[in-house]
Amino acid sequence: MADLVIVDYGAGNVKSVEFALNRLGVKPILSSDADVVGNAERVIFPGVGNAEFVMNALKGKGLDNAIKSLKVPVLGICLGMQLMCTRTEEGNVEGLAIFDTIVNKFPAKDKIPHMGWNSIKTNGSPIFKGIPEESYFYFVHSYYAECCTNTSSVCDYILPFSASLEKDNFFGCQFHPEKSGEMGERLLNNFLKL
Amino acid sequence: MLSKRIIPCLDIKDGRTVKGTNFLNLRDAGDPVDLADLYAKEGADELVFLDITATHEGRKTFAELVQRIAERINIPFTVGGGISTVDDVQLLLRNGADKVSINSAAVRNPQLIADLAAKFGSQCVVVAIDAKCIDGKWVVHLNGGRIPTELELFAWAKRAQELGAGEILFTSMDHDGVHEGYANETLAELSEMLSIPVIASGGAGNMMDFYDTFTKGKADAALAAGVFHFGEIRIPGLKQFLKDKGIAVRV
Repeated sequence: MADLVIVDYGAGNVKSVEFALNRLGVKPILSSDADVVGNAERVIFPGVGNAEFVMNALKGKGLDNAIKSLKVPVLGICLGMQLMCTRTEEGNVEGLAIFDTIVNKFPAKDKIPHMGWNSIKTNGSPIFKGIPEESYFYFVHSYYAECCTNTSSVCDYILPFSASLEKDNFFGCQFHPEKSGEMGERLLNNFLKL
Repeated sequence: MLSKRIIPCLDIKDGRTVKGTNFLNLRDAGDPVDLADLYAKEGADELVFLDITATHEGRKTFAELVQRIAERINIPFTVGGGISTVDDVQLLLRNGADKVSINSAAVRNPQLIADLAAKFGSQCVVVAIDAKCIDGKWVVHLNGGRIPTELELFAWAKRAQELGAGEILFTSMDHDGVHEGYANETLAELSEMLSIPVIASGGAGNMMDFYDTFTKGKADAALAAGVFHFGEIRIPGLKQFLKDKGIAVRV
């Protein structure tokens, strides 16, 4: 069994996630091979870029089914989390339908992208162990996941939305833990201990 | 609540930090990675590294520096200076930068903004604008403020947004290095006109200047260099000051 695998589908900045894990003493494997991902002990699915491009890249490599079938802890970050939802308004792309919610574009009532440090309210999930209420995390996004039964923390910008999602062995965060200073490191550490 | 961002800016020449006053008189202010690490630990929300090296070797050193920063720093950072092609950006992002700041190249070739936004996403494209008020008109300048253009600040900022810029970093050349406050009236007008975040730059001298640029200047983030590098303002004290005055900041 391979250790921690970062899904590397050829776009997005996987380096930041890799470096963040290195700082925590973990050497991840970067892979776009569905077998490697399928046999991982833990998987991180980062995402930066365009929903349609990333989804097509996943499908082309059979990674969509590989991720969905995982029984080990999986963490989707930003677009990674959004693509684990039912569908996203960005390019009207069907997601992996792990989380029972949809992703919409922010209404233009404030500046978009939602960029910077925003406080969140958590529901006490183990992934937030040791992280005080109203802690700040770093967000950069123009689309948001609606709140649903899988929501494990809420962020309020323009409207309340899912800052993180959780269902069985699947976790997702809209913010970037790899760029969220000490609180982000605590969250990644919690994920590593699940 | 979305917090206002405090962004120390490090000017890099041949791998070292320098700070100019009114874009001149460079002084050495230390090792960039150590300084960046200190700022991150003290609560900086983001960092900006501007490469002001003119030589090819210096540029290579900068790309290597970007990777060293990314390995060590756990907050987002932007890199800029001398970026003129999609390939330049690809290298810097691949080395671990979160965003790139483009300035002169965007003016000379506005399509670059659109190309970068399409390839890497708007969120990583910061368009930096240096402008100087001449006879009541904010004139955009190039090459670190040396060359005036035909462009006017507001029209250019709007165009950059339409082309796909994710943020505007506005430096008032009249205020930069003077330490008497940011160009708040102009910033407020810019911030209200645009639908993307605006970073105020140029003029920070004391803590009240930051408060003013977030309130009067309606800035989403405030960038400063010298006041941080020489320890005149320390970030924890600044953030506490702003928090006590009712500004949303991450402490």
